[in-house]
Amino acid sequence: MEAFRPQVDFIARHRVAAVVVFLSLFPLLVPYQALAVNILIFGLYAMGFNILFGYTGMLSFGHAAFLGTGSYGAGIAIVHLGWPWYVAIATGVAAATAVGMVVGFLAIRARGIYFAMVTLALAQCVYYVFFQAETYTGGENGLRGVEVGVIDLFGWRLDFVDPTVKYYVVLAFVAFALWFVSRVLGSPFGAVIETVRENERRAQACGYDVARTKLVAFVISAALCGLAGTLRALHLSIVPIDSLHYLTSGLVVMMCLLGGMGTFFGPFVGAATLLLIEETFTNLTRHWQLITGVVFMACVLFFPRGIWGSILHWIRREGR
Amino acid sequence: MTPPILAAENLSMAFGRFLALKNVTVSFDRNTLAAIIGPNGAGKSTFFNAISGAFAPSSGRVIYEGRDITGSPQHAFARMGIAKSFQITNVFPQLTTHENVRVACQMRRARFDILTPRESLGDLSDKADRLLGTVGLAGARKRPAADLAHGQQRGLEIALALACDPKLLLLDEPTAGMSPEETVGMMNLIVRLAAERTVILVEHKMKLVMGICQRVIVLHHGELLADGSPEEVRANTEVRRVYLGQNV
Repeated sequence: MEAFRPQVDFIARHRVAAVVVFLSLFPLLVPYQALAVNILIFGLYAMGFNILFGYTGMLSFGHAAFLGTGSYGAGIAIVHLGWPWYVAIATGVAAATAVGMVVGFLAIRARGIYFAMVTLALAQCVYYVFFQAETYTGGENGLRGVEVGVIDLFGWRLDFVDPTVKYYVVLAFVAFALWFVSRVLGSPFGAVIETVRENERRAQACGYDVARTKLVAFVISAALCGLAGTLRALHLSIVPIDSLHYLTSGLVVMMCLLGGMGTFFGPFVGAATLLLIEETFTNLTRHWQLITGVVFMACVLFFPRGIWGSILHWIRREGR
Repeated sequence: MTPPILAAENLSMAFGRFLALKNVTVSFDRNTLAAIIGPNGAGKSTFFNAISGAFAPSSGRVIYEGRDITGSPQHAFARMGIAKSFQITNVFPQLTTHENVRVACQMRRARFDILTPRESLGDLSDKADRLLGTVGLAGARKRPAADLAHGQQRGLEIALALACDPKLLLLDEPTAGMSPEETVGMMNLIVRLAAERTVILVEHKMKLVMGICQRVIVLHHGELLADGSPEEVRANTEVRRVYLGQNV
């Protein structure tokens, strides 16, 4: 590995570009484009979650609330208000950010497992609000008719129904999110959230307001998950109620752990792994979740750093 | 006469029905090295926690530079220039030694800045290196804090405390768990630090502090037993009685 040190360092320095290049070529590696779009969206969802879980050290079991609010926000803007797609995305992100502020404000008072339980409980509240508001959300059936056929970019018309075009439009948003997350992690604030993960008391004694730092990290995380939600609504043309389900909250925890918490690219690896397992085994057996479970347990037992985390660890150790 | 940098007025602390601290009034002058000593259970740590903001006292006030800071949140203390080290080592284990100190140095400049690169604050990295030099850890800058020996971690904690340019440095048993050689090194470091700022340390090894402090405060059963120069305290019959059998 030592021979490749300059290359490894080069990639690490240009991590956003490296991931975008990889994701641009990614559709060539998967069976069909809709799956690739799904992986992209769940990768973004997991990346947003990772800011809170991997970098700030707070395990939330309620992040579906932000994915779902983003989806419904965008969906309602298109279906009921007839707003253009870009305003719908902004609406969804704003709604998820607002819900993130409220949930975060209430949840950061608790720590550890209690924090996880409070986020879970609040996310369930969000679920029922959207479930009951049937007039606007379609309730159990989900919100149908989130149709975006053509994306008009200053006279340049993109056919959003074409899966390849759809992939690259979504990738443009994911690329922006990657750039943003990389900036945040590389910023002074990115250093502070890591001290909160490492040792809250010490961070406080160093003069950092831990509660406020956690809240800001929580809201950034919620906003990114909301963005993933808006893209999912556009992608599926429907907002299924399971966007808000606690299983969707659990899924992102698994993706993050499987890929490697606290790593830049790990969430995408985790999302791709889980969705590819699902894709491969649903065709073979109804019990595909059994496979997911076994892979997940094997990962926790033998690769606690996750797939990408273990690869990084191996590269770094070899480099010493 | 300049006013004291820190004053505790009638500090009491109750845990349930147990009074850990009873009406303690002490003030500390600028640029002195003072020690709080006492046998186990004397209320030293309680007193330390009350003046360093770990918890608010049940009654009484803490005055810092003429301001009442009783009950201020913990993070406000470092911003006011009061830094502390913990009795049990408290560092950021997975971060490198250098990053530990660098992020502590960053506190006054950038707390919620999410978009500028860390590298733009390059002078903080130099400051972190200077502080690591002060505590003798310059050679360990790239190692994760978790990999350091216990004595080195204690040193790192002092560097973390110094990062906020404190006017008042509070150290809770800085030599706890150290070898005799490390203890000597730490004591020398403390004397050097006290030349430029006020240092208050809590220690239960009485002999250790007698040689270096200008001021010794003895607590016993939560009450102030003696307060004065090491010579005065050593001559105090009450202190002799409490430390019965020990060579004061």
